[in-house]
Amino acid sequence: MPRRSDPLTAGLWISAGAVFAFIYAPLAIVILYSLHDSSIIAWPLKLGTLRWYGVLVHDTSMLAAGWASVKLAVLAVIIALAVGVPGAFVLDRYDFPGKGAFRRLVMLPLILPGIITGVALLSFFSFVGLSLSSGFPLVPGWPVVLGHGAALTSVIMTQVYARLQRFDRALEEASGDLYANEWQTFWRVTLPSIRPAVLGAALLVFTLSLDEIAVTFFLIGRQNTLPLQLWGLLRRGITPEVNAAATVIFAVSLLTIVLWSRMIRDEKGRE
Amino acid sequence: MPAEGSPAGAPGDGTPAAGTPARATLVDRVRTNRRVKTLVASAIPVTWVVVLLLVPYALLLIQSFWRLRNGTLTHELTTENYRRLFGTSLYPATILYSAGVALRVTVFSLLLAFPVAYVLAFKVRKHKTLLYMAVIIPLWVSYVVRAYAWKIILGQQGILNGLLMSMGIIRTPLTVLLYSTAAVVLALTHIYTPFTLMPIYAVLDAIPPALKEASQDLYANRWRTFIHVILPLSLPGVVAGCTFAFVLSMGDFLAPQLLGGNDSALMVSNLVWSLFGVAYNWPLGAAVSVVMLALTLVLLWVAGRVEARGSYGGEARASVTDYAAPV
Repeated sequence: MPRRSDPLTAGLWISAGAVFAFIYAPLAIVILYSLHDSSIIAWPLKLGTLRWYGVLVHDTSMLAAGWASVKLAVLAVIIALAVGVPGAFVLDRYDFPGKGAFRRLVMLPLILPGIITGVALLSFFSFVGLSLSSGFPLVPGWPVVLGHGAALTSVIMTQVYARLQRFDRALEEASGDLYANEWQTFWRVTLPSIRPAVLGAALLVFTLSLDEIAVTFFLIGRQNTLPLQLWGLLRRGITPEVNAAATVIFAVSLLTIVLWSRMIRDEKGRE
Repeated sequence: MPAEGSPAGAPGDGTPAAGTPARATLVDRVRTNRRVKTLVASAIPVTWVVVLLLVPYALLLIQSFWRLRNGTLTHELTTENYRRLFGTSLYPATILYSAGVALRVTVFSLLLAFPVAYVLAFKVRKHKTLLYMAVIIPLWVSYVVRAYAWKIILGQQGILNGLLMSMGIIRTPLTVLLYSTAAVVLALTHIYTPFTLMPIYAVLDAIPPALKEASQDLYANRWRTFIHVILPLSLPGVVAGCTFAFVLSMGDFLAPQLLGGNDSALMVSNLVWSLFGVAYNWPLGAAVSVVMLALTLVLLWVAGRVEARGSYGGEARASVTDYAAPV
């Protein structure tokens, strides 16, 4: 067993630490500069004001974008669940011609660069004549809602499918032996077992939708989402308000991811 | 919903059909016929995927053969877009340039990701999952924020310039940092290193410690153990990670736009973006997208073959989110 003190191992630890720093330093800088007491982001850092958060909460277009993003993410989760959960059951339990192709097709939006899915969906909605701002102001636009749903269904499908593969079907048979019908078995036996996986995947979809920009870029109508609103600000000129918004987004993403990993861990612990 | 007590078995179902009545109602037949069940269960997911994924991707392909006449889209078929694409040096040069950027990002991401994955898999004893989560959390944290961070670091009035000047290393701010290919490569490396790390960590973590010990029992030193045992076994993960980094950075158009200055116009996805945007030439944009799509699919196919050949027992995983869960 190599000791931790030998030079090779020490070198490994140092390089791993350096990479960690490389990954986190830029994020730390963004967060620290949200407390910067000057409207120009420059060295040296002058810590000690919350005024950029004040600017943020009074920025109506930013708030509207944030609200649009949340609505979009919730709708994307609902759609992805409605399609993804049945899809996972289909993958797990049924055979039909083209099943392999179906599985690969679902994965494409996660594997391909977002721009390809974005322009494909833009062409599609333009072809069928669905306006990008249709549904506004109820939703940010039906095309972007459907687009997020389409792109993120695979997250639910693969995560729930992976859970179903580990699910003991004997439990369902036992339920049937006890005279439960299929629906009772589903609600009382199958669903409770896969619930953490479903909720975890839903949270993941929520986070991914909240941050999605490549597909959104092409499908957005009149109302910007939060990442696009930030993007617009960046193109014009930078103030620490962007940092404050970025910090809020960071915190929300972190919270959902922590919740999600807890769920996955609880579920794994229970097996 | 039919009441309980309706017959649960039918000939096609494989269960004994003791109480099947002679005239089953339609609902009962649907409930019990395997084929009908498959149809009902798969109707929504399959229709959804066909309409919102297959049709749009197919439409992109069809559209790349449409003609643009006086700025309006016609449905006449033509190979003009592809002839224009391959007829001038602009488009192939753009694709090559993007591939070059993507290649550099891939190499740097691999060099950064491998040691971290190695340390996580073999050296870390406590809080392994927590540390793994710490590495991949930035993946799910706003892309815009990560790209923007480099803008405030590298800008002319940025933090790096300010720091270097206050330390007396430079007198005037460096203008070459931002708006360059190097800035794009740096930011993309930062963004895609965690992507590269996930599959590498997954394969390294799955290597049984006994293999390492066996190699050492046979008097291989650590270097030989690494070259002859660890490295070959890690290859599927390395291939998967490199594929993510290459494909995603080649298709990136936002970081180049923010950080690349004039160089960003040389990225193929920025070309697609402008063809679908200001230039309003969707058929040509579709043709460029189709070429990108084809290159990506070929790459994924090759990578899939290499992964399948190199993996031992472990099931090949298809996408980024498959790795995101704590292992």
